[in-house]
Amino acid sequence: MTSTATANDVLLKAEPPLAAIGFSGYLACFRGIVWREVLRFLHQRERFLSALVRPLVWLFIFAAGFRQVLGVSIIPPYQSYVLYETFVTPGLVGMILLFNAMQSSLSMVYDRETGAMRTLLVSPFPRSFLLLSKIIGGVAVAMLQAYVFLFVAYFWEIEPGAPAIALPFGLAIPHPFAGYITVAPALFVSGVMLGALALFMSSVIKQLENFAGVMNFVIFPMFFASSALYPLWRIKESSPLLYEICRLNPFTYVVELIRFGFYGQIDWFSLAVVIGCSVLFLSAAIYAYNPSKGLIGRRGGPGGGA
Amino acid sequence: MNVAAMQLKTPTLQSDALVVKGVSHSFGERAALKDVSLEVLRGSFVVLLGLNGAGKSTLFSLITRLYDNVSGEISILGHDVRRRPTAALQRLGVVFQSRTLDSDLSLMQNLEYHAALHGLSGRDARARCRNALERVGLLDRADAKVRALSGGQARRVEIARSLLHRPTLLLLDEPTVGLDIGSREGVMTIVRSLVEREGMGVLWATHLIDEITATDRIVLLHQGVVLYSGSVSGFIAAAAADDVRTAFRKMTGSPGAAVNGDME
Repeated sequence: MTSTATANDVLLKAEPPLAAIGFSGYLACFRGIVWREVLRFLHQRERFLSALVRPLVWLFIFAAGFRQVLGVSIIPPYQSYVLYETFVTPGLVGMILLFNAMQSSLSMVYDRETGAMRTLLVSPFPRSFLLLSKIIGGVAVAMLQAYVFLFVAYFWEIEPGAPAIALPFGLAIPHPFAGYITVAPALFVSGVMLGALALFMSSVIKQLENFAGVMNFVIFPMFFASSALYPLWRIKESSPLLYEICRLNPFTYVVELIRFGFYGQIDWFSLAVVIGCSVLFLSAAIYAYNPSKGLIGRRGGPGGGA
Repeated sequence: MNVAAMQLKTPTLQSDALVVKGVSHSFGERAALKDVSLEVLRGSFVVLLGLNGAGKSTLFSLITRLYDNVSGEISILGHDVRRRPTAALQRLGVVFQSRTLDSDLSLMQNLEYHAALHGLSGRDARARCRNALERVGLLDRADAKVRALSGGQARRVEIARSLLHRPTLLLLDEPTVGLDIGSREGVMTIVRSLVEREGMGVLWATHLIDEITATDRIVLLHQGVVLYSGSVSGFIAAAAADDVRTAFRKMTGSPGAAVNGDME
């Protein structure tokens, strides 16, 4: 290797000071990633509208028609007969989370093709931290949508059933509003689980066009083969096989966790399943994006190859 | 105390911005890089010359640690990319070939996001973003959306983006692809002034011969192998040619390759 002197003639300045990578750096990075997701979402009005219209169509049309056909007996967490609209709302909130996660997975495939994913991965912070921040950014957007949906549903007289939450100084959050707060943690962990699943899928999907396949093979089966639209005992009556499939579907536990959350309760088994699946999917996603072991290096993507 | 000791060890006066030593990489059966070595000194402009498919992008993917090199060594200012990725990536700025900006967001919003990716926030981040925009002559467009920019302006924003954390090594992957002559000149002038004024080391991947000037160093990559590495005059002499273009043709054995305007 020949080396010329010309380069050395240039005055070498001391290396410029480096940016902080400590706690404040992590915080800045996390905030930056989440804020970008939110900003991007707010700038895409069509996406916001379609995300809102989809569950509302289900609520106003499907649920209104189904109400006469399907009686829902008293099952926990409900303490009295509930209207079908009330029963289906947690499922529709789950649907918002599911669609949103898959959409952000789509945007990651797109990012990968344009190079935005590469600028994320070239950040000096640990890759697992970057990917988790990205997932939480998606969850923030999904929760925003879920609450707008619940706000509209409130005027359709669908209220969560959690009892009032007592606060210090004699204050309290009254009955219908308390449920919106108690459901928040359920939405968050469910969002992380679905986001991690989507992130893993984004590393496996090769091209953008494959998203139609994701719709058919992931979103629809997950949504229909769950307790989102009908209680599990009803499914068991008509098809024991479908019942078993529903019980193996992690989305069922997302819906149940949200359903209990609205009533200020925790369904511990669902919580355990959702957290377990989150850890599993997250590990798979981090493995897939790991530079030395992952699937990306082996295949030559994203945007890589020769 | 540990931190202080580490900082003392940081090779501030070392002149190698980038060292690549004996790196090979293959995707399945196909070998993309074969025993590639090169170095970029601080304050030098190195042209990584090669046709499409020569292995330039694979090399960039390895340096930016998109995936790990399985053989050989890559280090940025003495920090091994695989063993000390944080220290290495902190000193590295990259301009990718594909667009990386969000077209719906403003220039400032885009830059603030990328500052955050390097742990910068608040007043310091905003000052750096403004400063970077000023350096590429786009400060007056700070609140415009990226969508409203021309191709050349967007490239300049990409360069501003890569400078936010004040890297010592700058990688550019075919940065002038798709730009008209005026914009290309603009981009080249900005990057060359970074080398001269700030002593930055630049690795500029291209297949366009006329982006080379006499003082540059050339690394010729062909089918995953480094065919030549050294000065421009040495390059011409080594091929026993009259100019860079014929030297390139002779070495790669490709008749009509790499003429001006040969864009993808």
